Amino acid sequence: MSTIEVSLTKQLGDFHLDVSFKLPANGVIALFGRSGSGKTSLLRAIAGLIRPSNGVVKINGEIWQDEHQFIPTHQRPLGYVFQEASLFPHLSVRRNLEYGWRRIPKANRKIDFDSVVELLGIGPFIQRATHRLSGGERQRVAIARALLTSPRLLLMDEPLSALDHGAKRSILPYLENLNDELAIPSLYVSHDPNEVAHLADQMVVLEEGKVIATGPAANLLTQLDLPMAQFDDAAATLAGSVSAHDHTFHLTWISMHGGRVAVAREDLPVGRHARVRIQARDVSLSLKAHSDTSIINILPAIVVDTKEVNQTQMIVRLELFDGQTLLSRITRRSGLGLGLHEGMQLYAQVKSVALIG
Amino acid sequence: MEMDWQPVWLTLKLATTTTLVLLILGTPVAWWLSRSKAWWKEIIGSLVALPLVLPPTVLGFYLLLMLGPNGPIGELTQSLGLGTLAFTFPGLVIGSVIYSLPFVVQPIRNAFEAMGERPMEVAATLRASPLERFFGIAIPLARPGFLTGSVLGFAHTVGEFGVVLMIGGNIPGETKVLSVAIYDHVETLEWEQAHWLAGGMLLFAFIVVYSMYLLEKRLRRSGR
Repeated sequence: MSTIEVSLTKQLGDFHLDVSFKLPANGVIALFGRSGSGKTSLLRAIAGLIRPSNGVVKINGEIWQDEHQFIPTHQRPLGYVFQEASLFPHLSVRRNLEYGWRRIPKANRKIDFDSVVELLGIGPFIQRATHRLSGGERQRVAIARALLTSPRLLLMDEPLSALDHGAKRSILPYLENLNDELAIPSLYVSHDPNEVAHLADQMVVLEEGKVIATGPAANLLTQLDLPMAQFDDAAATLAGSVSAHDHTFHLTWISMHGGRVAVAREDLPVGRHARVRIQARDVSLSLKAHSDTSIINILPAIVVDTKEVNQTQMIVRLELFDGQTLLSRITRRSGLGLGLHEGMQLYAQVKSVALIG
Repeated sequence: MEMDWQPVWLTLKLATTTTLVLLILGTPVAWWLSRSKAWWKEIIGSLVALPLVLPPTVLGFYLLLMLGPNGPIGELTQSLGLGTLAFTFPGLVIGSVIYSLPFVVQPIRNAFEAMGERPMEVAATLRASPLERFFGIAIPLARPGFLTGSVLGFAHTVGEFGVVLMIGGNIPGETKVLSVAIYDHVETLEWEQAHWLAGGMLLFAFIVVYSMYLLEKRLRRSGR
């Protein structure tokens, strides 16, 4: 049974980490929380870099730690990507990549050296010294170096946070690609809901050293009793497929069960799986399906929850016919005017949709 | 004038031996000092640094007592059939090792500390065992510290006088090193020989310090 089972307690100064979760080990699991919530400590404890006072770490039935044993880091089949690339400065890019790779017996190498180099676009600078690389290139080498140990679990500690916006955008596609190409489950520490929405299938939400929620990322990101839905840039992710291209108006339609939305024309085959991201503040609500509006994305939905975020605004959680959730951020005044209540049926008017893959 | 090269070779032999011994003994000490969390760590640190402030004659005096026929080390070496180490070359090496210890340990310790925990952690996640991490990562990354330590240790041993005089005496070919030879020449009013040796030492010291600067600059420029 492939699961990740973690249960750890550790006192770190005045911070107390007390974490327990069990999740199916597939895809990307985000460890989410604001800074100081214990995400990094948790990841380090799973890797064995810090030694929890007591705890259990079981990956796919293999015990990394329990009350009887503690496997040291170098004997755990994991890959770890740190916040800063941390390449070895005395080794070239190629030697950095080989450092872990040559320690793996040939029979256990599941990942081909050249294909990882290609997957992360390292070929052009593989012979260089590490200090001649840009921040984005360094982090790609660090990711490749970790992958080349053929890990059974990949641990990533905010690998994008030290990078500028441009470098971040250039690496995200590589990371998304990784999940499709290599079936390695990963734990991905992040404090950015947008990054989580891009990459993660499931998430563990941490607050002050404790787990406050676990489950599918798309669902948790829109739950009103969790902090993420109340962020100014809160957004929902919808999964659907490409249904048609509109050549006249240069649009691509993405359909879900019970609605469709348009994005700017993308060259994607009809029928391909697609995900879109919709910001709560781009969603307005209406009792009727208007045709006299500039908004073309109109989705029928049911109100499942509401919450005031401040004295002026409220956030509304909506469920589409297929069970996917959407967020809408409106003024309290509008909410009162519409007479919002749970179970109410209405129409979500979506002003802007971003395709995220 | 007849130039006596023996003290020069003896000095180089002593300094080389001492530096090698110090690199082998000093590296684990430096590593332990850089990583240990024991409360008594700085007590050991201070003991290592003691020769920096102690007059060499004090150090030499205690060493003489320890190595002499009635000292604990002297009794041990005698029971092993080695005789006493005072006034011998090996005795001189022991004295020099202690005398130059801080000059080798401190730069290496600093380099180990400057490198931080991260590289070792990364190596651990890449399956490297503790020994592989130490030899493959820590030592290469601390290279500047090793260079500085070796040069300082070597040069400091070349320049020692007090300790040698106390425990080595003045036996040609065995314990008569450069600094003692210069002293000797001056005592016997052989000014010319003293000039040659002293001038040579001056030049040597300058070359050592200057190449240290150059080396450090080059290491820094190459990013490490």
